[in-house]
Amino acid sequence: MLKKLKFKKPDTKNSFVTYGLLLVTFAIVKILFEAGKLSYMIKDLLVPLCVYAILAVSLNLTVGILGELSLGQAGFMCVGAYSGALFSNLLEEAIPQVLIRFPLAMIVGGICAAIFGILIGIPVLRLRGDYLAIVTLAFGEIIKNIFASVYLGLDANGFHVSMKTASDLNMDLDGEMLINGALGLNGTPRDSNFTIAFIVLFITTIVAYNFVNSRTGRAVMSIRDNRIASESVGINVTKYKLITFALTAFFAGVAGSLYSHNFSTLQASKFDYNLSILVLVFVVLGGIGSIRGSIVASILLTLIPELLRGSIGKYRMLIYAVILIVMMIVNNGDYFINLKEKISVKFSSKFKKTKKEVV
Amino acid sequence: MGFLSNLINGISLGSIYAVIALGYTMVYGIAKMLNFAHGDVIMIGGYFVYLSSSKLLHLPPVLSVLIAMVACTILGITIEKIAYKPLRKATSLAVLITAIGVSYFLQNIALVIFGANPVTFTSVVSIPAIKLFDGQIVISGETSVAIVVSILVVIGLSLFIKKTKTGKAMLAVSEDKGAAQLMGINVNKTISITFAIGSALAAIAGALYCSAYPILQNTTGAMPGIKAFTAAVFGGIGSIPGAMIGGILIGVIEILGRAYISTQLADAIVFAVLILILMFKPTGILGKKMVEKV
Amino acid sequence: MALLEVKNLGITFGGLKAVDNFNLTLEKGALYGLIGPNGAGKTTVFNLLTGVYKPTTGTFLLDGKELKGKKPADINKAGIARTFQNIRLFKNLSVLENVKVGLHNGMKYSTVAGIFRLPSFFKTEKKMDEKALELLKVFELDESADTLASNLPYGKQRKLEIARAIATNPKLLLLDEPAAGMNPNETNELMETIRFVRDHFDLTVLVIEHDMSLVSGICEEITVLNFGTELAKGKTDEVLKNPEVVKAYLGQ
Repeated sequence: MLKKLKFKKPDTKNSFVTYGLLLVTFAIVKILFEAGKLSYMIKDLLVPLCVYAILAVSLNLTVGILGELSLGQAGFMCVGAYSGALFSNLLEEAIPQVLIRFPLAMIVGGICAAIFGILIGIPVLRLRGDYLAIVTLAFGEIIKNIFASVYLGLDANGFHVSMKTASDLNMDLDGEMLINGALGLNGTPRDSNFTIAFIVLFITTIVAYNFVNSRTGRAVMSIRDNRIASESVGINVTKYKLITFALTAFFAGVAGSLYSHNFSTLQASKFDYNLSILVLVFVVLGGIGSIRGSIVASILLTLIPELLRGSIGKYRMLIYAVILIVMMIVNNGDYFINLKEKISVKFSSKFKKTKKEVV
Repeated sequence: MGFLSNLINGISLGSIYAVIALGYTMVYGIAKMLNFAHGDVIMIGGYFVYLSSSKLLHLPPVLSVLIAMVACTILGITIEKIAYKPLRKATSLAVLITAIGVSYFLQNIALVIFGANPVTFTSVVSIPAIKLFDGQIVISGETSVAIVVSILVVIGLSLFIKKTKTGKAMLAVSEDKGAAQLMGINVNKTISITFAIGSALAAIAGALYCSAYPILQNTTGAMPGIKAFTAAVFGGIGSIPGAMIGGILIGVIEILGRAYISTQLADAIVFAVLILILMFKPTGILGKKMVEKV
Repeated sequence: MALLEVKNLGITFGGLKAVDNFNLTLEKGALYGLIGPNGAGKTTVFNLLTGVYKPTTGTFLLDGKELKGKKPADINKAGIARTFQNIRLFKNLSVLENVKVGLHNGMKYSTVAGIFRLPSFFKTEKKMDEKALELLKVFELDESADTLASNLPYGKQRKLEIARAIATNPKLLLLDEPAAGMNPNETNELMETIRFVRDHFDLTVLVIEHDMSLVSGICEEITVLNFGTELAKGKTDEVLKNPEVVKAYLGQ
């Protein structure tokens, strides 16, 4: 019999603890921010921290709830970043109100990423897990390569697209360069700020918890726990895999859009395979299946190395890799599972004894 | 003539992919896992060749490659013992994440030891180039060596599996681990040997790859690793001749794509091929269909 | 019209005929047994009837509707539910949630309603909880509703599997060795439960079993399989006396 991964099950009480923690953290950071107590470095990190947390929570839906591995998080983020930024760039004058334009840009980014998620999911979600991992990785690289070689400009004559060079666009001199090949996105309005980023993270968290604790979430977890049994009670496995995958891609896209509006220029090369792995590290170290864990891990694992820059910065990734391997072996290895059972049996029997003695 | 020369380059690159793909395909067939770290073993092999042939010891090329093979064999067995063996009965998700962790570990330990700056690799091949059609086509020594070595490796490995006791044990384990164990086959030892062979091949591939593309850094192995996995899937995972066919096809597609479509998009084209194969023929060209037991 | 009609069903694995020319007609409300030595093809018949395997020959109909070639999920929706020889529960879900997954197609609200906690979410979830608890009560599992399925003792896990199958509101219930690993007392209890659910939920039951006390205790009629083919068929006590059957079981 296969030993299953231990998945933490988020229940309703659990979710409200997380909401509380998020709100308290937000309040503290906001107060420190207003009081001018935050260093520039921390201020610059606030939006990326929320972005990483959103990425980790959304990836956890696929890894922890569905039990499949996706390495395309950076790719979906890239789609969201580009589509959202283009949306804002083009409609900056048509929709001058940031509070309307920016949420729309994030939704556009999310939907575009979700569409890609579904397109990529249909062929591969019926295959075994290893293939999904490698295909999502491949997909991420394709997206990165394509966006890094696109030139898109806009002038009085309309859009100009080229896959070769900027001069191939043949634009008017006053034309605007929207995507400049490997140099990336240009002129995105810097609409992101900490408050908006936090709100998006908060909504993502609520959606994630509600998704898990619903009829759909149960169906998804049943596929994770036993696909054959799940089919035998009438669950359409492909459909629920796709829904989860699309939801993960959607929030990765939203995070991407949030991210691209934090910088006026952004290169596609940022969205590489290492980013996907980093997000996976957050999910695993935070506890597979634990939404709160994903948030805490992504924040701590980003903050700590920044604060200790220099001393351990060089070894950061190496340390993560070691922790990742050790955690997987301790949580899933035969030897440690047996060891833990033995300890818990001993411990609980001791505990009962002492309890009796007290009584 | 340009096309022919591209084709030869493609076959040569594909031969290297084939050698890497053998490592994936054997481990996948026998341990039923995707060894994500396999590509990074290539990079470690490259560094060992670099250190022993040019940087530290100035040994002759063949000897350097042998040292790298020994080093990678030890590395492969160690990785299997420490990281994968404890997870023999765990879910494929747990194994996959661990393998990614190992890959991440190898890349970052190389980063810590060798730094982020790429080093220039000195080719291990000293065979002169072959000129055809009055010099219109030049086949470099690296190209011919890659092709010859990969053919030898595939033939050698096929014979090993068919003729030797160990090879037959590997076949048996790939068919049914439990039954093989009942027949007195030491499954752990067989899996260890599989990793050892795969890693030794990775060292050879590392030497060949770095000789052809002489820039070596900690991420060097990642891309050829993924492409070689694509090759293994293309040819049919678990099949040795499949790895060879898949490798050459992927190499040719990549080089022709680079030459005639776009340099930037050559990798994207290879990955698109992977997605197409999985969509239409997930068992690959020579793969077997697996029936799930209920 | 018969509830289940199986005609010439067969499947070949790499040249080996695992099941060959299997025929069966079940009237509504029947309690039918499928027995035979290990490897006779009993579970394969279940896998064929539930769409896990696609038959190489023959077909089968439920309520006159042909189900051959349909996917497992669709076959369940059409009215066939099953349990597994090697228990397959959703281990990381609670006992209650396991049954609620079974109710998935019977009580619906959309994913969007779930995410945004629309009124239909609360209404349906409440109904699901009630229905699931009612089912658990039948199997005396209501006390352990919040326990993780993997923490249940073996016998209760088997019962939970049956409860989950019944939650899908099937017409035909396939039980694969429900008494495996149970002691005689538990087996007797299980027989009562099977009879009860058949009457209470209006089911037809097809059961694979090695435990002859259970077979002769509850099955009105049985089929004996040997090497993938039908060896004997008919009234339980008559078939069990058949010398061919005795020979197959005792191996001469």
